[in-house]
Amino acid sequence: MAQARGNIGRSIAAHAVLIAYTLIALFPVFVIVVNSFKSRRAIFANPLALPWPEHFDLVGYTTVLKQGDFFQYFLNSMTVTVASLFFVLLFGAMAAFALSEYRFRGNTLMGLYLALGIMIPIRLGTVAILQLMVAAGLVNTLTALILVYTAQGLPLAVFILSEFMRNVSDDLKNAGRIDGLSEYRIFFVLVLPLVRPAMATVAVFTMIPIWNDLWFPLILAPSEETKTITLGSQVFIGQFVTNWNAVLAALSLAIVPVLVLYLVFSRQLIRGITAGAVK
Amino acid sequence: MSGSLELRGVAKAFGKTEVIKGVDLSVDEGEFCVFVGPSGCGKSTLLRMIAGLEDVTTGDVMLDGVRINDVAPAKREIAMVFQTYALYPHLTVRDNMGLALKQAGESRARIDQSIAVASNMLALGDYLERRPAELSGGQRQRVAIGRAIVRTPKLFLFDEPLSNLDAALRVATRIEIARLHRELGATMVYVTHDQIEAMTLADKIVVLRGGRIEQVGAPMELYNNPANTFVAGFIGSPQMNFLRAGALGARGETMGIRPEHLAISATAGEIGGRISHVEKLGGETLVYVRTEVHGLLTVRLFGEHDFTVDAVAFLTPDQARAFHFDTAGQRLR
Repeated sequence: MAQARGNIGRSIAAHAVLIAYTLIALFPVFVIVVNSFKSRRAIFANPLALPWPEHFDLVGYTTVLKQGDFFQYFLNSMTVTVASLFFVLLFGAMAAFALSEYRFRGNTLMGLYLALGIMIPIRLGTVAILQLMVAAGLVNTLTALILVYTAQGLPLAVFILSEFMRNVSDDLKNAGRIDGLSEYRIFFVLVLPLVRPAMATVAVFTMIPIWNDLWFPLILAPSEETKTITLGSQVFIGQFVTNWNAVLAALSLAIVPVLVLYLVFSRQLIRGITAGAVK
Repeated sequence: MSGSLELRGVAKAFGKTEVIKGVDLSVDEGEFCVFVGPSGCGKSTLLRMIAGLEDVTTGDVMLDGVRINDVAPAKREIAMVFQTYALYPHLTVRDNMGLALKQAGESRARIDQSIAVASNMLALGDYLERRPAELSGGQRQRVAIGRAIVRTPKLFLFDEPLSNLDAALRVATRIEIARLHRELGATMVYVTHDQIEAMTLADKIVVLRGGRIEQVGAPMELYNNPANTFVAGFIGSPQMNFLRAGALGARGETMGIRPEHLAISATAGEIGGRISHVEKLGGETLVYVRTEVHGLLTVRLFGEHDFTVDAVAFLTPDQARAFHFDTAGQRLR
């Protein structure tokens, strides 16, 4: 009985901690979304108030949609994120498969080398990357961003996926070999579907920093045609005056696509996170 | 359709670690050969080398007199059944069985016919459109066996196929495999750590230890004529008792006696001890007797018997059925 009560107490404590964390994490998002629907005066007068009818104002959204080509910015962000994600998952999974499946000289060393990128931030190489992109004539193209983000996402992808691929049954791969499947078919048809939860985990971890990044779009692709949504929102932040309505509206809008992508992956993600724990 | 297999000085090393240390073996056409040994003895590695899933470091693997060392697994005309079934989760039973033939470019009609034959043999007709996830363990292993039959290979390889099944299913599937071997007349190589599977299925048992063959022979040959203490201890259940020959005035270092050849008496006998445990199995009774000189000995009696734990007991070995071994564990004849 004491045991059971102790468990309930522990469970309440755990939930309290988790709920508190959730509130803290969601609070900034909540403030952004709430204030994006208010008039400028109301934002400053009472930032935490809900947008009651007397303060309700869509001026932020109308400004955002009128000024600049926001649809284009969204499209750019989407293109960069989805393309980078595709390459990170494809190349990451392929490298992970090679590392976990084949015995070759320098296998461990190669794994460590590929994982090194997790510890060294890619931004340290910004100057060299910029020079490289200038030399390659890729400045102000989305290709430049996709290349950089693919490089940025690969180390973690290789690291996580190779761990999962080691757990895929050897028997299954060998059965494929005996039945005459090529290594590519074994990889795409037999192995990839089995590591889908891990792929979703990697997708979410890769996608969010790319979508939110301001650094590389600002440096590599600041032109009007290649602006991403994060960079596009910056036009409303001036040195002397900041159009808070527009900034908040732009940010609120920017949350939507990434939220949709997250929901797509989340069902798989939960299975991925808990895969090692329960089974 | 079945072929003969020959291994000539086959060895395998991972870096500096030798896993298989030179194996010579021939398996005749239509023979059922079982590799048996404790875990880590290299039996699975040897099987995978025959399958082409592991490279052969030195030596030759010959199938029907042709060297197949460098032939891809799919081109070796072999089929393999795995411990974990290894069915393709995204394909139906029918497609699982037909995949190898499809890859080999066979016609649809020929594939369908082969699947029909195999599924009849294994009573899988009702499950052909299901996916592996919808089948029980026993059914999955039958599909895996069916997938091997469909290919009409020269050589069937089984890698501990019964280890993941429960006891009742294991017996049923074992009988099924024996029946298939008779019906197909195919050459089969079967790996197991379970000596009962080896004894019941094999025409020829290969006992392996530490990457070397300890003895090759028919089941009863190994049982009645083991070459050394390892084979003597491995074949037969419960395990053979090993007694100190010196204490009994017998030849050699060790005397081996099977549990059924030890007589037990409450009053008189050669070896005295105390009963430490009794296992009653209905058809037979196993009595474990703790002795001072020889350690724990097992006595196997047929039928039901009553013994009290801790009671004094005397054992007498049947000298005519004893085996004698030298200090190195080799049999003295």
